[in-house]
This record gives sequence, C-alpha cells and structure tokens, in this order.
Amino acid sequence: MLNQLRPALVLLLALTAVTGLAYPLAMTGLAGAIFPAKAAGSLIERGGKVVGSSLVGQTFTGADYFHGRPSATTAADPADASKTVPAPYNAANSSGSNLGPTSAALAERVKGDLDALKAENPGRPVPVDLVTTSGSGLDPDISPDAALFQVPRVAKARNLPEDKLRDLVAGQVQGRTLGLLGEPRVNVLALNLALDDMAKR
Amino acid sequence: MTTNGWIQIALFCAVVLALVKPLGAYMTRVFTGERTFLSPVLAPVERGLYRVAGIDARHEQTWLGYGLAMLAFHVLGFLLLYAVLRLQDVLPFNPMGQSAVAPDLAFNTAASFVTNTNWQNYGGESTLSYLSQMLGLTHQNFLSAATGIALAVALIRGFSRASAKTVGSFWVDLTRCTLYVLLPLCIVYTLFLVSQGMPQTLGAYVDATTLEGAKQTIAVGPVASQVAIKMLGTNGGGFFNANAAHPFENPTALSNFVQIVSIFALGAALTNVFGRMVGDERQGWAILGAMTVLFVAGVAVTYWAEADGSAVLNSFGLTGGNMEGKEVRFGIVASALFAVVTTAASCGAVNAMHDSFTALGGLIPLLNMQLGEIIVGGVGAGLYGMLVFVVITIFVAGLMVGRTPEYLGKKIESREVKMAMLAILCLPLMMLGGTAVATVAAAGLAGPANAGPHGFSEILYAFTSAAANNGSAFGGLSGNTLFYNSLLAVGMLVGRFFVIIPALAIAGSLAGKKTLPASAGTFPTHGGLFVGLLVGVILIVGGLTFFPSLALGPIVEHLAGAAGQTFSTGG
Repeated sequence: MLNQLRPALVLLLALTAVTGLAYPLAMTGLAGAIFPAKAAGSLIERGGKVVGSSLVGQTFTGADYFHGRPSATTAADPADASKTVPAPYNAANSSGSNLGPTSAALAERVKGDLDALKAENPGRPVPVDLVTTSGSGLDPDISPDAALFQVPRVAKARNLPEDKLRDLVAGQVQGRTLGLLGEPRVNVLALNLALDDMAKR
Repeated sequence: MTTNGWIQIALFCAVVLALVKPLGAYMTRVFTGERTFLSPVLAPVERGLYRVAGIDARHEQTWLGYGLAMLAFHVLGFLLLYAVLRLQDVLPFNPMGQSAVAPDLAFNTAASFVTNTNWQNYGGESTLSYLSQMLGLTHQNFLSAATGIALAVALIRGFSRASAKTVGSFWVDLTRCTLYVLLPLCIVYTLFLVSQGMPQTLGAYVDATTLEGAKQTIAVGPVASQVAIKMLGTNGGGFFNANAAHPFENPTALSNFVQIVSIFALGAALTNVFGRMVGDERQGWAILGAMTVLFVAGVAVTYWAEADGSAVLNSFGLTGGNMEGKEVRFGIVASALFAVVTTAASCGAVNAMHDSFTALGGLIPLLNMQLGEIIVGGVGAGLYGMLVFVVITIFVAGLMVGRTPEYLGKKIESREVKMAMLAILCLPLMMLGGTAVATVAAAGLAGPANAGPHGFSEILYAFTSAAANNGSAFGGLSGNTLFYNSLLAVGMLVGRFFVIIPALAIAGSLAGKKTLPASAGTFPTHGGLFVGLLVGVILIVGGLTFFPSLALGPIVEHLAGAAGQTFSTGG
C-alpha cells in the first residue's frame, strides 16, 4: 500500500485544488460577471435599502398585506442557546416541520389555522397551502387560490375595492414553465410590493 | 392526480432516455482512453498530473491493486476533509465566523461525504464556512462520484475482458472521470443554475429590512458550483439545511426539472457504457429496462399517495393533496417525482421533506434504498449494485434448468455467487441491525421527533439511508448526537466498502475467465424474460428481507391514519 501513497497524495491535493478551489472561485467570478444580480441572491432594494430577496419568503402578519404560508423555521432561544424557539421565515436556518401524517401536533396546528381562516372568509374553501408549512420554511410563493382567498381581508384593511385587488393578483400569477413544469403561483413579496405601489398612486 | 402531472413524469423519462446514448458514447471514449473533443485542452493537464504523481498511465492494476489504491485515496481524502472541518474557524473564507465543527459531527460528515452518502447532520448555512463547503464538501462530491464511476468501469472490464489479470488503473479512471466528464458538465451546469437565480458569491449573509420592518438575515454563498456536482454526482449534500427545497438551492420549476434529470443522467448512461464495452448495447438496455420498470412503479405509488393526501388532514375538509413540507412552485407531482428519483439513485437531495410525506408516499423512498439503490442508482454504484443482482439472477436461472450459469460468455461459479451474496447481505445487516440497536438504546430512542409508528420509521429511514449511502432523511430525527453520528458513520462506511470490495473481487475473477461462445442452450440476457426474472429476484430478495420492518413503520402508520388515529409525543 506504501507505493500507492505518492499517487494518492499528489492526485488528492491536485484534484482538490482544481475542484475545491479553482472551480468554485472561477465560477464565482464568471457568474458574478454574467448574472451579477442573481449571483448575489436576487436582492430587492427600495429607497436604497434591501427589503428582501425575490426568491426568499418573508413574514407578513398585518391584515393589510397578503400573507405567505406558515413557516416552521426556528432560531436559537436568546435565553438558552441549547434550545430553539419558533422564528418564521428565518432565512439563516431553513427547515420544514418534519411532522408526519399521523402527528397529533400537526393535526392540532392545521385545525387551529383552518378555523381562523374560515372565520376570516367563510364563503370559500381554505386552500391547502395556507395551512401547511413548506419544506424550506422560506417558500416565497402561494397558490393563486390562496392569494384570492385573502382579497376580502386586504381590501377591507386598505379600504380598496375587491375587484381591483383581484386584478392585481391576476397580474402577479406566474404560470407553469413552458406551460408544463411546476405549478401556477404568486410571489408574495412581489404581490405586496405591487400592492404598496398601487396604494401610493 | 392530474394529466399535467403524468405529462411531467413522462417528459422526465423521455429526456433521461434521450441522454443515455450520447452520454454513454462519450463516457465509453473517455474510459477506453480514446481522444475526445476536450483532449486538446485536457490531455496536457492529464499528462502533467501523472508525471508529478509518478503514475504510468499504461500500467494497469489487478482487482486487489485497484482496490488498495482506492482505499489509500479514501483514507487520505477522509483525513483532509476531517481536518478542514475541524479547523474551519481559523481557515479563510469564513465571513460568518462559523466555529470549528465538533469532533463527532466532523467524523460523521467526513465519512458521509467520502462514501458519497452526504447525510446532513450538519446544518449547512448555520454550521459550515464557505471554505468547508468548497474545499471540504465540493471536492469530495467530485471525488466520491468519480470513484463510484471508476469502480463500475472496473467491473465492466471484468465482464468484457477474457483471460486478463488486470481491470484497469484506478488513478487513470479517477483522473479522466473528473477532468473529462464531471468538471466540464459542472461548469455549464453552474452557469445555468445561476441563470435560474441560484446565488454564487463569497459575500457575507445579507441583512434585509422586510416590508413590515422586521430584520431578516438571508444566507447566501457559493451555492451553484456545489449544487451542480451535488446532483450530477448523486451526492445530495445540501448547501442549505433544507437542501433543494430551499428557494436558493432550487429557485424555479425549470431548475427543479433539470436537477432531477441530472441525478439520473450519468447513472443511466453507464448502462450504455456497459453495453458498448461488452460489445452488445442490448445488454445495457435490458438492465436499464429492469430499472425503468421498478422506477415507474415507485413513482406511480408515491404520486398517488401524495395527491390523495393524509387521511387525518383530509378529515378536516382539506383538498389538494399533502402539501405539508412541500413548496408551492413544485407542487405535488414534482415533489413526488424528486423523492422517488433521489432514493432510486443514491443522491439524497430533497426538494420536499420526506418526513412529512404520507405513510405510503414515504414507503417507496425507503424501499428504493433498501433494495440497494439499483434503480439507476448512484453514479457507478447503481450499476455495480445491479450487476451483483444480475449475478444472483443468472445463478437462479441456472438452478432452474440445471446448467452452469453463464453471463456474457462468462461462467458464473461459486466465487462470484459468494461475493455477490456478501455484497447483498451487508446492507440489511447495517440497516436492520442499526435500527434494532437504536430502538432499544436510550440514546437511540431520544432521536425521533414523531411518536408512534412514524418515530420507528424515522429511525429505520436513517440507518437505511446511511447504509445505502443515500443521505436523505426523515429529518425530524435528531441525528446530531454522539450515538447517531458514530453509528450512522459506521453504517455508511460498511455500506460503501463492503459492497465495493466484493464487486471488485467479482471483476477480478471474471476478467481472468475465458469468454465462451453462445450456444443454443445459453439463456439470452437481453430480452423481456431476463428483465422480468431480474425484477422478480430483486423484489423477492428485497421483499423477504425488509417487509417486516416496513410493516412496523409505514404500513401500520397508514392503517392507523386511515382509522383517524394520531400520536402525540410524551402522551
């Protein structure tokens, strides 16, 4: 095995330098030159300040904004670093709920969210994505149904006609890629930015 | 289930099948040492490397020499990765000031990446520096993938050569695979991923002020360059904790589609390399045929189960299938397809949380891994795993007609069958043995986050994933403990090397045999009868071994859920 040591060592170091340093660094340079905004994380600025990334969801709690899906991300407990506390849309610690189909905790959470949403808009069935957490906890999107479901609440809070908001949602729906791949969706941050812009006009 | 869903699945199969021949032809040229269109650029680099390393490219190794070279390379690679993880706090490219990785987690992560498992006990954005991601993980993604492919090629040479002592040179196969196959594909692939919105930056995490005025820290990094090889090399270790469910690690429906295609691309093409090198492409198609039958059956079950949703949640009046743990941009079908692909191959990347799948939807990923990930499988590992099953199938067929079994003109004798059985048996030993230990040890029982049968499934999934070198998880299990870090690392090492070494021994023994001409009594191994027999043997061996464990986990859970029963922790 000793005579294998020189080729093993030299190849390991050389291939490590190529694949572990040269390749990612060259790609960083190249990607930054060709797609500078995307390589940096598709950040959105308003008035010179970063308000988020178009790809990463963020928390909305006010009645005057469209809400994203529930998020199961956590953060270290400020009181005890060995424990975690819920911190929705923590983009520095992505994770799902990992609750299984027969989990009592999942059933209770969904039931609670469902009852609250039913009270908010009794006329419509609640879209499933509004009561389930995403895999990353950072899902930037909701289904078109989930956006339309929230129109009455937002219209009331903003004192705007519902028809106008429904048009706004319709304009924000992204279809399937090539009409085929993925699912139709609405980016919540983009929708809310458009909502703010509309209110300003 | 929708028509559009089935069209997405059919399109996926069509694209993978269309790539088999061109990629297979190119890889065959690479591994038989012929010139390729990249030779003018890469041949001088290759020669330079051999000169410095003291390698004679024409000198071939016996199966034992090949295996020892592979092991020496792995031992050094393991030490290097361990050192990088332990020292990341004092090394450069650490803008977030991540502290050194703890010894047991570093041991687990090093074992995990060296064996192409990429089990994520580490938290990605919350644990690792950029240097650890690049120099540590990205480079092992390349080298463990190249090793898998090299070993498959060595086994193919065993079948294709006659009366030969050697099976090729590990050093040459490794170098050529990295330089000619993986690196060029990854360069193009990285740029595509960035064009879809995947970050590729060395800058620190970004602080944003949300529309409602809260502070949000957004983790970024050199993501795309790592994801490219993570998928092509069926490694699967995520840059982020949430892996390919994270919008930065899988931004669009198109990036998702290309990622699942890239999991299967090289593994499927290797069946064609096999056919070409043994001189009959139909032999490769027959093996791919058996893989396809098993794959499509698995996709159908998982898609149906996920579209149907959880009985417990449906009882509240919800419709639209099981969306817990799934992303809206992918929906049910692209999540179900990804889960089956990633476990059929030994990738282990996930775009949805398998832990939150329905009981039957999660059963298929588990079963895919238990069968040894031979449905296309990990790059290289899938092919040599499948060829081990082929040896057993040929043996069973020989027993039926009372004739010495032959495959591709090689007599399959006692040594080959013994080695094949050794490779097949080590997996259930680690999967079921590890699960058994963890379900009685207090440290093991502390792991699961879910109660009832789902908690058992979490443990079973962890040991299955480790031994099969998959790396996906039922993520609720708290695996970052001394108990799980150590035991799972052992499972990964045994699951990798106790399959590789018997497979190499088969290669060496077959290479030394004469190739007999086919006669009227030879069982044809390129037709439907052989494909059917192969699928049958796989399902019988897998079914008999693993049905009891599946009955205790997902099957009980499915029945309990259908009856409306739920389980709470601590109750």
